[in-house]
Amino acid sequence: MIASSWLLVAFPALGALVLLAGGRRTDTWGHLLGCATVIASFVYGLVLFFGNSFAEATDTTLYSWIPVDALQVEFGLRIDALSIVFVLLITGVGALIHLYSIGYMAEDANRRRFFGYLNLFVASMLILVLGNSFVTLYLGWEGVGLASYLLIGWYQDRPAAATAAKKAFLMNRVGDVGLALAIFLMFKYIGSTSFEQVFAGIGDVSPAVVTAIALLLLLGACGKSGQFPLQAWLPDAMEGPTPVSALIHAATMVTAGVYLIARSAPIYNLTPDGRLVVTIIGAFTLLLGAIIGCAYDDIKKVLAYSTVSQIGYMMLAVGLGPFGYALGIAHLLAHGFFKAGLFLGAGSVMHAMNDEVDMRKFGGLRKAMPITFVTFGLGYLAIIGFPFLSGFYTKDAIIEAAFGQEGWRGWVFGGSALLAAGITGFYMTRVMLLTFFGKQRWKETKSADGREFHPHEAPPVMTAPMIVLAIGSVGAGALLIIGNNLADFLAPSVGVLEESTHGVVPHALVPWLTVLLSALGALLAWRLFALRDTAIERPQDVSWPVRAARKDLYGNALNEALVATPGLWLTRFAVFLDNRGVDGAVNGLAAALGGGSGRMRRLQTGFVRSYALSMLGGSFLIVAALLLVRFS
Amino acid sequence: MTPTYYLLLSALLFTIGAVGVLVRRNAIVVFMCIELMLNAVNLTLVTFARINGSVDGQVMAFFVMVVAAAEVVVGLAIIMSIFRARRSASVDDTNLLKY
Repeated sequence: MIASSWLLVAFPALGALVLLAGGRRTDTWGHLLGCATVIASFVYGLVLFFGNSFAEATDTTLYSWIPVDALQVEFGLRIDALSIVFVLLITGVGALIHLYSIGYMAEDANRRRFFGYLNLFVASMLILVLGNSFVTLYLGWEGVGLASYLLIGWYQDRPAAATAAKKAFLMNRVGDVGLALAIFLMFKYIGSTSFEQVFAGIGDVSPAVVTAIALLLLLGACGKSGQFPLQAWLPDAMEGPTPVSALIHAATMVTAGVYLIARSAPIYNLTPDGRLVVTIIGAFTLLLGAIIGCAYDDIKKVLAYSTVSQIGYMMLAVGLGPFGYALGIAHLLAHGFFKAGLFLGAGSVMHAMNDEVDMRKFGGLRKAMPITFVTFGLGYLAIIGFPFLSGFYTKDAIIEAAFGQEGWRGWVFGGSALLAAGITGFYMTRVMLLTFFGKQRWKETKSADGREFHPHEAPPVMTAPMIVLAIGSVGAGALLIIGNNLADFLAPSVGVLEESTHGVVPHALVPWLTVLLSALGALLAWRLFALRDTAIERPQDVSWPVRAARKDLYGNALNEALVATPGLWLTRFAVFLDNRGVDGAVNGLAAALGGGSGRMRRLQTGFVRSYALSMLGGSFLIVAALLLVRFS
Repeated sequence: MTPTYYLLLSALLFTIGAVGVLVRRNAIVVFMCIELMLNAVNLTLVTFARINGSVDGQVMAFFVMVVAAAEVVVGLAIIMSIFRARRSASVDDTNLLKY
């Protein structure tokens, strides 16, 4: 049965092909086909999941993809515990988002094309997680980049969307270069790119090369997963339709970086330095995302920075090595549920509010949209780590593991993760209060296109996926963490989860510390946003931390100063060199020849006698030269 | 009798011919000066043949005569047609082919 695992990829790929090549003929039933292919993959994934034990990885070679002398790349799929977990997440959450899109995109004339892109996205992501070599993974990796570009720029007529799509594409390319270089290094030092041979041969490679490969893979992961310093594209990607945001942030794309590092566990296990860099980036990004998330009024941007922050947790976890691979994946799965639920909830609110995203114009929506309120609320409780919901288990496990590190690492990583948990409590409570509680500020204002707001509950095709995701947000964490269910299941792929024995903070204390900090954050938000009225206009006179956070903690300014401006100068210099140097030489030669010939022309006077004179002179010269040679 | 005098004579004749080509305007005279130069060369060739005791130079002189004869035919014909067109045999009048 595993031998036909290519069907998992084939369904959505076929869907994308039919929908994109079929054109307008498929308009009437395109969205149904789009959903059906992903659901088919999900069902087949379930069949595989329950029909096998996954005690060891099963590679299926489909055909010889790149047979060139020493470089032999087989196109093959690997079914093991790690990949099947991702398959279920991608197709499961993906299918719900597809269903939701039927309702959300109902007004869009190009809905069929939208579903084609979604299917392409899912197919690429499945190739990414199923490929059994780094080159196959790279194929999916690039496919995901392409599909995200197409979907983020869906509203092509908006300059902001077009720019955001380009930005996402370019920043992803930066990461992709890292991944490509890592693959080159593997081929150079190990002679193969398949997981099996790379992981078998990585032990014989010098530690410096292993660290280099690990860091280059990390660069790739940072690009895809929106980690510092390549995090700036992720919030801008909110320009796409909301189901796309949900798909990018919950089920696909941003999880790819975490998957890459978990998949490369045998490489990272050999390089403590590489792992340390991963944890530092994770710890830094999770704080960065959480802090910026507090400052935005755009509901989708807050959720986007919350994703940056949560992926930071996952990176921190997988950076801990054997202590954290399974925990990172567990948080990834739980996050897939509650973040998809939150995004779909945000989409439902936007749907009801004329596509308005400014939370200052919301308020008191819980009466108008009870189902959205309840599902969004459950996702909210899950993400802030309310006791016994998903986030409580998975996030605590990561914070515990971080505190379990020795010495300063335990304090720094554990401390930043704990602090960010408190900040998460603050900004998510802020979103909740501004959107669903308080005064109904939308009664006093109008949307950008001048219409009055008439909030209403979304149609069942949109609410049903939200309900399913809300159930997942509640139960997933307990299911995955209690009794080490997921860790034991993943052990064949990423190694046995090790329990840290020497912690800087007692293990039993950590969950309650986390809950306490989250509660403090929530309380602070309640004081600031529930007890006081919120102005509809955004206050401009604010303290410097808020100003900095509103500017993405100068992430864009940093990119601008370090990369964009020097790049521009380099381009200008190259243009100058081209215009003046290369073109100058060519044009100058032509001009010199032309001008010289124009002057030489004057010698042709038309008088035969002057020609005769020059012939005579020439003859004299020749004779003189001959004599000189002869008699000197 | 030394061959040197013959060579001096032919050099003198050649110089007269060359100067004539350069300074005269009448096409017929220029033409005659060219003939003078050719014959000066012929004299040189014959003289050297004599000095070296070989007939190569004499043979060469015959060739030059043949070429000169042919040249006279073509050249005179050109001068005739130019004269008909322009009513003048001055070489300075035919200066249309220039920059």
